[in-house]
Amino acid sequence: MDLPLDYATLKVIWWGLVGVLLIGFALTDGYDLGVQTLLPFIARSDEERRMVIRTVAPAWEGHQVWLITAGGALFAAWPFVYAISFSGFYLAMFIVLSALILRPVGFKYRSRRPEPAWRSGWDWALFTGGMVPALIFGVAMGNVLQGAPFTIDQELRTTYGGNLLGLLNPFALLCGLTSTALLVTHGVSYLNSKLEEGPVRNRALAVGKISALLALALFAIAGVWLQSFGFRLDAPMDPDGLANPLRKSVTAAPGAWFDNYSLHPWMMIAPASGFLGLLLAWFGLSRRSDLAFLGSSLSVVGMIASVGASMFPFILPSSADPRASLMVWDSSSSHLTLFIMLIAVVIFLPIVLVYTAWVLNVLKGRIGPDVVNNDTPY
Amino acid sequence: MPDMLTADLSRWQFALTALYHFLFVPLTLGLSMILVIMEGAFVMTGREIWRQTTRFWMNLFGINFVLGVATGVTMEFQFGMNWAYYSQYVGDIFGAPLAIEGLMAFFLEATMVGLMFFGWNRLSRPAHWLVTFLTAIGSNLSALWILIANGWMQNPVGAEFNPDTMRMEIVDFMAVIFNPVAQAKFVHTVSAGYVTAAVFVLGVSAWYMLKGRHTDVAKRSMTVAASFGLLSAISVVVLGDESGYTLTDNQKMKLAALEAMWETEPAPASLTLIGLPDQDARETHFEIRAPWVLGLIATRSLDKEVSGILPLVAIAEDRIRNGIAASEAVARINVEPGDAAARETFERTKQDLGYALLLRRYVANPADATDEMIRKAAFDTVPNVALSFFSFRLMAGLGFLFIGLFGLAFLFINIRRAAPRWLLITALVSMPLPWLAAELGWILAETGRQPWIIDGVLPTFMGVSTLSAGEIILTMVGFTLIYGVLAVINVSLMVRAISAGPGAPQPFARRRRPSARATSQPTFDH
Ligand code: HDD
Ligand code: HEM
Ligand code: HEM
Repeated sequence: MDLPLDYATLKVIWWGLVGVLLIGFALTDGYDLGVQTLLPFIARSDEERRMVIRTVAPAWEGHQVWLITAGGALFAAWPFVYAISFSGFYLAMFIVLSALILRPVGFKYRSRRPEPAWRSGWDWALFTGGMVPALIFGVAMGNVLQGAPFTIDQELRTTYGGNLLGLLNPFALLCGLTSTALLVTHGVSYLNSKLEEGPVRNRALAVGKISALLALALFAIAGVWLQSFGFRLDAPMDPDGLANPLRKSVTAAPGAWFDNYSLHPWMMIAPASGFLGLLLAWFGLSRRSDLAFLGSSLSVVGMIASVGASMFPFILPSSADPRASLMVWDSSSSHLTLFIMLIAVVIFLPIVLVYTAWVLNVLKGRIGPDVVNNDTPY
Repeated sequence: MPDMLTADLSRWQFALTALYHFLFVPLTLGLSMILVIMEGAFVMTGREIWRQTTRFWMNLFGINFVLGVATGVTMEFQFGMNWAYYSQYVGDIFGAPLAIEGLMAFFLEATMVGLMFFGWNRLSRPAHWLVTFLTAIGSNLSALWILIANGWMQNPVGAEFNPDTMRMEIVDFMAVIFNPVAQAKFVHTVSAGYVTAAVFVLGVSAWYMLKGRHTDVAKRSMTVAASFGLLSAISVVVLGDESGYTLTDNQKMKLAALEAMWETEPAPASLTLIGLPDQDARETHFEIRAPWVLGLIATRSLDKEVSGILPLVAIAEDRIRNGIAASEAVARINVEPGDAAARETFERTKQDLGYALLLRRYVANPADATDEMIRKAAFDTVPNVALSFFSFRLMAGLGFLFIGLFGLAFLFINIRRAAPRWLLITALVSMPLPWLAAELGWILAETGRQPWIIDGVLPTFMGVSTLSAGEIILTMVGFTLIYGVLAVINVSLMVRAISAGPGAPQPFARRRRPSARATSQPTFDH
């Protein structure tokens, strides 16, 4: 069948779209995760905690769908990546899922009973449901950058050589701390714009100013450390090529993750936004200005885009058998599937954005004791 | 070669998490629709009692809904975690409906549900009704897309194996969407959800009536549940999936298995009402049969045959022998992509490639299979006959029971305007039954598909990830513990909310200041 877009172009578009979905998740649900992480620390009385929960409770569920859709899109557009990363990172995935399970129930069940023990139990469940995913998503990025120890046989069946402890290596943990600090900052920026003036907001701001600088430092260290990883194609690949990851040749080449920046200096925009965004967030938080949210958002986009820009066209390199690395060019779905899925995105994503904006608009307004006690108590 | 222990454990894990997810799904599907009806009555009549009724059921909806979401997230990622080879083998087709489900259904449902709970004071009445409506539409659309995906596993249309990428690839997306098996599954499953919710509403209301509490709300709820439930119960039975069956050999096998029909009978086949299937002896003991009925149901004709299990096994054996050539051709293409003779053989035999894979359980290279192995593999295509046979009978029996229950409820409540005590008690004790029927339906649908994960294309044991038994056991124990605790909490909160009843003030709402919007009922959503 003749399709209006060629295969190579569609592969690049889907690389971008997966990025968009991940960024959509980190931008929206990212602040929910950050707020949950902060909950037990910045809010002390029950009323204070209900206020903090109330800032995210009505909308977080829709935000999480960015993650679910990103999972579905990985499955549809990059089946190899979906299969190999989730089965390889098996126990880490289980930990994330267990934490994510606590979120819906935490938000909904906490307010059902008045006993303090019941409530504080769910507060810690919400904390776990926010902190663990925020950490593990960074750890996952760190492992992707280092390459995962998998091999692929003739029949294209994968064998994964690593284990959970291997995933929690120092560089990956550093990335995990970076993402946690970033999302906490994002959460504070959100609370800064969403909470009424008062002690809770002040405590949040105090944390946020530190976490912004911390994220900045960790991001810089990770950038320097990144010099010791990298993979490089031995010969250029055919972007129109078939989806078979065994028909190319790759070697491990520390420092290769910086190749793209020397080839296309404009890509430096991505890491630069990561840094600038955090500075702006810090500045905004110091001045209690809505600029903080702009800053942390910019930084979220910049950091995720940096990982993509450093690695392109790699998606998931293999440290055990570099030749089996998954590339944009040889791990995508078929031409027709990518095209059909693009149509689905072009139709539905704008609709999603419109109604999400409408809902957020209905829910707008700062949260204070008055709202949680009178509007819809939490 | 994948090891069978990993495969068995992965199957148990999937069965466990999927059946658990489907405890919450049917109530969400049906109750969301009932809320639309009740809130519709409020918007049209403006009577406060309808708002109170709506909010009461919405409260219970919320307790259930969150566990649907929590367990659904596990499902979404589980294919990649436990079924990696399956995922890469069919992701090209199977991933698409899952992704579209996210874009089209989950976003809608999850974005609107928050506003449904928090928007009572922020939206006009019709606007709030619209939000409730969109939540229900989102839930029901999600059922459509997931069942398109699941229907494709039962009847894999519109796709072909590509030997260069070693996976199934899409050729006709419309065929996947309009797959008759998927359509049949959708209407049947969604109606099953409606029945579940109707029985739930009827049962809880009956309890209030028996206790003489909250009778205003209970009466109105029963009226809605009786009518909605009668329609749904009829549609579950009438749309019970005969139509999907005779399409492929494997679906024929499922039909033969649920009938425990070993040999093909002359048309029209009789229906076994009761019996004891014996898989080893390959016959059914103590049968009582109703002449003609099966032929009528399954083929909607008097002259078409319904195939028996043993003749279908013979067909499977032929297809395995044919498939061996296909599997050899694929191996040669892998070594030498330009091998024209191999490609020609592949084109001729590709429809049977999956059958050769059945041999992988016994031998690494299907070409080395002995006759004995081929015969064994052919018998593997028979699912667990007794399980299919009994789960089907129990589910279908319950289907007729629900029609009876709602028929009586409709008669007494909507026409005679009073429900006798025995009916109320029956409604109350019937509450767990629709869940039982729905779980049995899935057990029938999924185990009846065995040994295939994709009918005729990929055997289940081939689909697994390369994981150790220990890893799977660990997560299985983990999920069981978490799910177990949540189930207890969920039920206790439901019971608590039901005993508190409609209009009960929140246990915790500390209204220190009088509400600025004192017009609203006391909230008990949060
Ligand atoms: C017949 C309907 C049906 C079936 C067969 C399934 N689901 Fe489901 N699912 C729903 C009907 C549904 C729903 C009614 O839309 C839920 C249940 C409660 C809810 O909150 O939404 C839901 C929730 C739900 C969610 C959370 C969505 C959200 O955040 O709003 C996910 C990710 C999945 N499901 C995924 C799956 C997968 C991967 C399945 C296949 C194995 C699956 N579901 C079977
Ligand atoms: C789109 C939705 C679904 C898909 C794609 C799907 C797919 C699968 C897969 C991959 C397996 C493992 C292979 C196997 O052992 O059969 C399986 C097994 C099973 N699934 Fe489903 N499933 C879906 C929905 C459900 C639901 C909602 C239920 C019920 C609640 C269910 C019940 C089962 C059961 C009981 C098994 C075990 C069968 C056995 O091992 O013999 N499935 N299904
Ligand atoms: C006389 C009544 C009924 C008949 C003839 C019937 C028929 C069937 C059949 C043949 C299947 C297997 C479909 C497949 O393998 O693809 C099935 C599945 C199923 N049934 Fe029923 N059924 C009846 C009543 C019910 C009732 C009362 C419920 C629940 C309230 C129910 C819920 C389900 C579910 C959830 C499935 C799995 C999804 C699917 O495959 O469609 N069924 N039914």
